[in-house]
Amino acid sequence: MKWDEFFVTGDPLIYGADVSIGLTVIGILFYLTYFKKWQWLWTEWLTTVDHKKLGIMYIASAVLMLFRGGVDALLMRVQLATPDSKFLDSQHYNEIFTTHGTIMIIFMAMPFLIGLINVVIPLQIGARDVAFPYLNAVSFWTFFIGAMLFNVSFVIGGSPSAGWTSYMPLAGNELSPGPGQNYYLLGLQIAGIGTLLTGINFLVTILKMRAPGMTLFRMPVFTWSALITMIIIVFAFPILTVALALMTFDRLFGAHFFTLQGAGMDMLWANLFWLWGHPEVYIVVLPAFGMFSEIISTFSRKTIFGYKAMIWAMIIIAGYSFMVWVHHFFTMGSGELVNSVFSITTMIIGIPTGIKIFNWLFTMYKGKISFTTPMLWSLGFIVNFVIGGVTGVMLAMAAADYQYHNTYFLVAHFHYVLIAGTVFACFAGLIFWFPKMFGYKLNERIGKWVFWVFNIGFNVCFIPQFILGLDGMPRRVYTYSAASGWGNLNMLSTVGGFLMGVAFLILVYNFYFSFRYSERENTGDSWGLGRTLEWSTTSAVPPHYNFAITPTVKSFDPLIQMKRDNVDLKPKIKDIKKIHMPDNSGVPFFMSAFFFIAGFGLVFEWFWMGIVGLIGVFITLIIRSFDPNEGYYVSEEEIKETERLTV
Amino acid sequence: MANPQDSLSREHGGIPWKHVIGYLLSIILTALALWVTFETGFSTRTILIIIFIFAFLQAALQLLMFMHMTESSEKKSKLTGQTQTGNILFAAFIAIVIVAGSVWVMSAGHAEHDHHKMDSKTHDMKMDGDMKMDHGDHK
Repeated sequence: MKWDEFFVTGDPLIYGADVSIGLTVIGILFYLTYFKKWQWLWTEWLTTVDHKKLGIMYIASAVLMLFRGGVDALLMRVQLATPDSKFLDSQHYNEIFTTHGTIMIIFMAMPFLIGLINVVIPLQIGARDVAFPYLNAVSFWTFFIGAMLFNVSFVIGGSPSAGWTSYMPLAGNELSPGPGQNYYLLGLQIAGIGTLLTGINFLVTILKMRAPGMTLFRMPVFTWSALITMIIIVFAFPILTVALALMTFDRLFGAHFFTLQGAGMDMLWANLFWLWGHPEVYIVVLPAFGMFSEIISTFSRKTIFGYKAMIWAMIIIAGYSFMVWVHHFFTMGSGELVNSVFSITTMIIGIPTGIKIFNWLFTMYKGKISFTTPMLWSLGFIVNFVIGGVTGVMLAMAAADYQYHNTYFLVAHFHYVLIAGTVFACFAGLIFWFPKMFGYKLNERIGKWVFWVFNIGFNVCFIPQFILGLDGMPRRVYTYSAASGWGNLNMLSTVGGFLMGVAFLILVYNFYFSFRYSERENTGDSWGLGRTLEWSTTSAVPPHYNFAITPTVKSFDPLIQMKRDNVDLKPKIKDIKKIHMPDNSGVPFFMSAFFFIAGFGLVFEWFWMGIVGLIGVFITLIIRSFDPNEGYYVSEEEIKETERLTV
Repeated sequence: MANPQDSLSREHGGIPWKHVIGYLLSIILTALALWVTFETGFSTRTILIIIFIFAFLQAALQLLMFMHMTESSEKKSKLTGQTQTGNILFAAFIAIVIVAGSVWVMSAGHAEHDHHKMDSKTHDMKMDGDMKMDHGDHK
């Protein structure tokens, strides 16, 4: 391979990106060196095993990826705003919609939610950390390096261009030559390791590390949603792992699992992809449901309506999410019986979701509602998500789907589900738990601007796409003719897209503004309405051991019970005992670096490099296996000092 | 964050032979499957039957050696027992859905008279049919 093939060349947009990436890297290196922050970065962040810090790093990466995926989206919207546009060529457009989809689902939505789960769940169940803190760091670093590997494709080697679903035979060597598609396979594979480990980690954490008295049916709804999500992850992600591995074998080693030659089955890829892909939809939406439940209950000052119905709805969804996958390819032609069965299962899965919508409405009924920004996002969610859900039931009818499929109607539908469901939840959750992470709230006034601009932009962007779809505009086309008459609605949609972009900028400004000017919180219950244990900590940002004394839970909504009983949350000196905590470790960071080397080598089919990287990974595994370190104790003096207890 | 006293190394002590043996047997079964496929002259059908047997053996082996299948529930609470039973049942259910569901979806309808098990000449013709996404049922 020549060097001019190694780097992506020939497009001014890419050169611009090269320059900005270079400048950003130089800027960061300069900042770290000039302010002598290297040591701080290493000890406080890169080697941490603290669930709160890992959560913050997850969220920060996700916001970064939201920016990248958002820019991709805006580039697409610019190209489509006018007919016969020459802004992007077809290959570049294909690359952008592929990276947009992949990044938004795998590297934005999931890490954002997993980040919030990381920060909140151990606090909500009264634990000091997750069950396997070291593994948690491995999870984060494999996700992060997978995301970086995927993003490097942009400037080195070329991006994948077969769509985020990577259907075969399009994604095969014949139709997608070069390293692009390999980036997709390896990036997702490495990040997938992290997700699977997170699934195991939080499953064990929630089942085994709850505070005394917190029975399963006293767990907050968000904890329940996280538990169900982790079960789905543990069962669904191995399917993706296997499917990706098989396609990697096809592309790198000449196997014929999904190829057209050699008795491969191309549609088996679509089948396996959606066997993972549909549960994946619930992986990104159930934690969102959990967060909305917490927020709506908190700001309605009422306990959640129909708690058990909420839980059972989620449990049913967990099982059911594995039985609807064929609705993603009704037009593959599996016949009437298959399509009818999956049509019906798809419509049925709407029922538990409907139950949840009504439960949220009834939670608000006769509640004393505070219209804070997290609550606004939750209300916006209910309205917009119902549009997504109803159009989903339309698509669920196999016969009608032959008309809708592969059009912008579908595109609009899943954006209504994923943005109104997941992205709204990410914003709502981030604002709601922001004081738990940083000790101050995001500015509410600016936050309301973000909400309204984003919501209006969102609807202006995607409502026209429903109509475009019904007018027959296919998805994944890089341009269309003026004669089609799709120009005006596309322009309108682009305007909406840019409004969402503006909202994102206001949000970023809000981060800066609130960092400078927001009032610092001095109690653990920042909103004054907390119902669950994460708000019962003695300081706004909990110390690294979370709770000086493990709380005892007597009922659902434990903090409400404590407030009613006038329990003094300040720990007594006589109760303070030394606390066992895990040590930091740099090994996960190095392990992910080796994963990067291995992944990069395999992408370019430089097998020597892949082998070197994998040997490195095994060495880090061995180092960990023979590490006698069993953590350390936080002394009673240190706890007393942290909790400001006078002796 | 287990208490250091309960940590795995103290509980079991020494080399975890059970895991080592399970690991070695897994590798041997995998290598045997590869050998049968590449080095023997059996028919495809026979090879499939043999490697399926190896696969089930290996699954059983891993459940026994790694997944604590044989541990009694005496030491555990009722909830843990229930969770484990539920887990196994759910896992079996999902496995059936994935395998039987895939076979059904991939072999029903149009796929039924459109296998890829044919020589390359007729194959090219079939390829066109496959790539056309929008055709309806052939029946």
